[in-house]
Amino acid sequence: MSRTASPELSSDGIQIERHWQELAGRRRAYSWIIAIGLLVTIAGSLWFANESNAGKFFDRLPHLFDFAGDLIPRDGWEVWRAMFDLPSPYFDGSLKYDYPEGRVYLFGSFYMPEYFYKMLETLNIAILATLAGFIFGFMICFLAAKNLVKNRFIRFAARRYMEILRAFPEIVIAGFFAAILSLGPIPAMFAVGIHTIGALGKLFFEVVENADMKADEGLRAVGANWFERVGFGIVPQVMPNFMSYALLRLEINVRASTIIGAVGGGGIGEELRLSIGRGHQAKTLAIILLLFVTIIAVDQFSAWLRRRLVGEQAFTAGG
Amino acid sequence: MSAITADTIADFETRYPAVFNPPFWRRFMPVLIAAGIVAYVFYCWWFFSIGTVLAGGQWQRAELYARDWVSYAIKTTVRPGPTGATVSYPRFSELGDNPNPSWVVKDGNNVAILFGSDKKLDINDQRVIATRGGETLTVLLAADGAKPQGPLPGWATLKEDQVTVSFGFAGQADIIPQRVVVSRRFLGWANFVFDTSSPFWGKSFGEVASLIVSGERIKPEMSNASLAFDNIWFNASWQHGDVWTKLLQTIVMAFMGTLMASLLSFPLAFIAARNITPNVFANQITKRFFDFLRSVDMLIWALFFTRAFGPGPLAGISAIFFTDTGTLGKVYSETLENIDDKQREGVKSVGASPANVQRYGVLPQVLPVFASQALYFWESNTRSATIIGAMGAGGIGLKLWEAMRTNTNWHNVAYMVVLILVVIFIFDGISNALRSRLSGKTQH
Repeated sequence: MSRTASPELSSDGIQIERHWQELAGRRRAYSWIIAIGLLVTIAGSLWFANESNAGKFFDRLPHLFDFAGDLIPRDGWEVWRAMFDLPSPYFDGSLKYDYPEGRVYLFGSFYMPEYFYKMLETLNIAILATLAGFIFGFMICFLAAKNLVKNRFIRFAARRYMEILRAFPEIVIAGFFAAILSLGPIPAMFAVGIHTIGALGKLFFEVVENADMKADEGLRAVGANWFERVGFGIVPQVMPNFMSYALLRLEINVRASTIIGAVGGGGIGEELRLSIGRGHQAKTLAIILLLFVTIIAVDQFSAWLRRRLVGEQAFTAGG
Repeated sequence: MSAITADTIADFETRYPAVFNPPFWRRFMPVLIAAGIVAYVFYCWWFFSIGTVLAGGQWQRAELYARDWVSYAIKTTVRPGPTGATVSYPRFSELGDNPNPSWVVKDGNNVAILFGSDKKLDINDQRVIATRGGETLTVLLAADGAKPQGPLPGWATLKEDQVTVSFGFAGQADIIPQRVVVSRRFLGWANFVFDTSSPFWGKSFGEVASLIVSGERIKPEMSNASLAFDNIWFNASWQHGDVWTKLLQTIVMAFMGTLMASLLSFPLAFIAARNITPNVFANQITKRFFDFLRSVDMLIWALFFTRAFGPGPLAGISAIFFTDTGTLGKVYSETLENIDDKQREGVKSVGASPANVQRYGVLPQVLPVFASQALYFWESNTRSATIIGAMGAGGIGLKLWEAMRTNTNWHNVAYMVVLILVVIFIFDGISNALRSRLSGKTQH
């Protein structure tokens, strides 16, 4: 801006005013450059995305709810029949209405509906992967913490190791193990579990580095060795936080194992993909409802448990 | 220090029963939890029949596949005959149209194949002599099958009429009557830059550079530089162009998805926060909307949008956008509900308009946290984009999954994994640097 300074300013004042104007102008210019750069990037990205997509955005916009249209069953009760494996009045020998076929008999005539069983499979994948990630992450994280390990190389090795586990695409681990063990839930477990080791390990060592070292000092003063210091000085402090992170991870892993399931890892994800591919409306809708309810239930359960473990602090977003 | 009397001890015990006589479940809780976990693992072991699957796994394949990540094999067939041996290569050999590798030595009727300093195969029309270390094995080529002479060493196997000799990593040979099929393995990625159909193939870096800078035009219609680029971009076995385009799609998916999600959840979070918008109805509607977006799950959103837009980055962007609007909205509104109220009151007390109260009383507190959360999600979405890509949302995930399903293109998988890792590490670095700068600013 080229506004002249007010007459009552002294010469020093004028200089300060001019300097301030200069700084403000430069700042504005930077803001504009960043904003324009961002806009160009966004426009370019969107154009590229639209160009390389199979269908173009505006052509396909009227078809936005095609997927929802594929979910409309013949009547409202079909969904519940599909979900609980009850016989359908429309049964004509085809896969589409053969709900009782999928029953998993536990004892006598008591059965578990197919999709509940598959959902349980997915949940078990997620829980077991989180458990494995927790155990191995727990073992590695102390080696990566600055306040416990003075040797830089051990720390460096532990951190890089966790980073690679974290960044390695889950799909490749799943594919690699699927080639060895054939498709199924176990490759999915490996994939989710290996990623969890890296992800939890990183969060864990950050917690350990922020731990109060007074307990550790006390233990050192009475001659405790490294394992005793970690076991009695650090672990009791960090355990609630560790558990809270593991529960958060469990929420993520339930979602991850459904997705891995959809690309061939078994469980409910695979059922969903097959059912969509075959055009079974009632089955698809039943699976989606089940998935929706399960995810909400897991989230609520984990939130409740975390609140008990670490109190409100687990819910404040801190950087 | 005075000694504690028995009375005092008893007194302490009655005063703090929770410390001296904790209830049974509290005393044994760690043991119970551990026992529960062990029982759960056993249950899962049975549920997934993990033991059977692991035992039935083709573990020898793991080594083969892992080897394929970093090495390649060249196949050649030697047909010995009374008038001279013929050495043939597959039509699309890594060695080009007229292969003449140094590890195949032809000398009249004899063909020697070298697998290393003390490993070789000596073939003529009567017999094959395999040497590995100090041991040798002679195999006679009879009309009704290969006949090994003497006891078989540990590195050779006889199956019906066929003898297979293995030279470890360097390769192996199947001795079949009438022919010897050799597979010779080398470390590295074959023809990574130029494929065999390119005029630049087989030339050293210096030769290629001088051709590009000052050579005659190989093809009259384009310069050597653009021809070289074209040959690299359309390399038949590595498909650099396709891989890089797909990688860019994945990056765009993560970037645009996160950016749009944070832009939309930003205003919505102000409506959802009960201290900013004192209207319970509006709060609840927005919060339940966030919960809905989050709980439907990226998987279903990806399927939904793949059906709507067809496979490609648009579907991926939309899936990430919808899921993360929910997640970021939840995080943002919780941040807003935890802000320090003093600054707002200060701005309000000097008579600022409602918009200015948010601008100067709220935004400076929450913006660094918002941005850092968005950056964190950007980084983690780069990974998610790979996975939902494999389900049909396009990008490198799909290509990766297809390459893996063939079980033979593990070197391509390795290439794409390296690219993804590099991208994730770069983004991780950028996001960490930006986040530490942002949180540094909040301190003063």
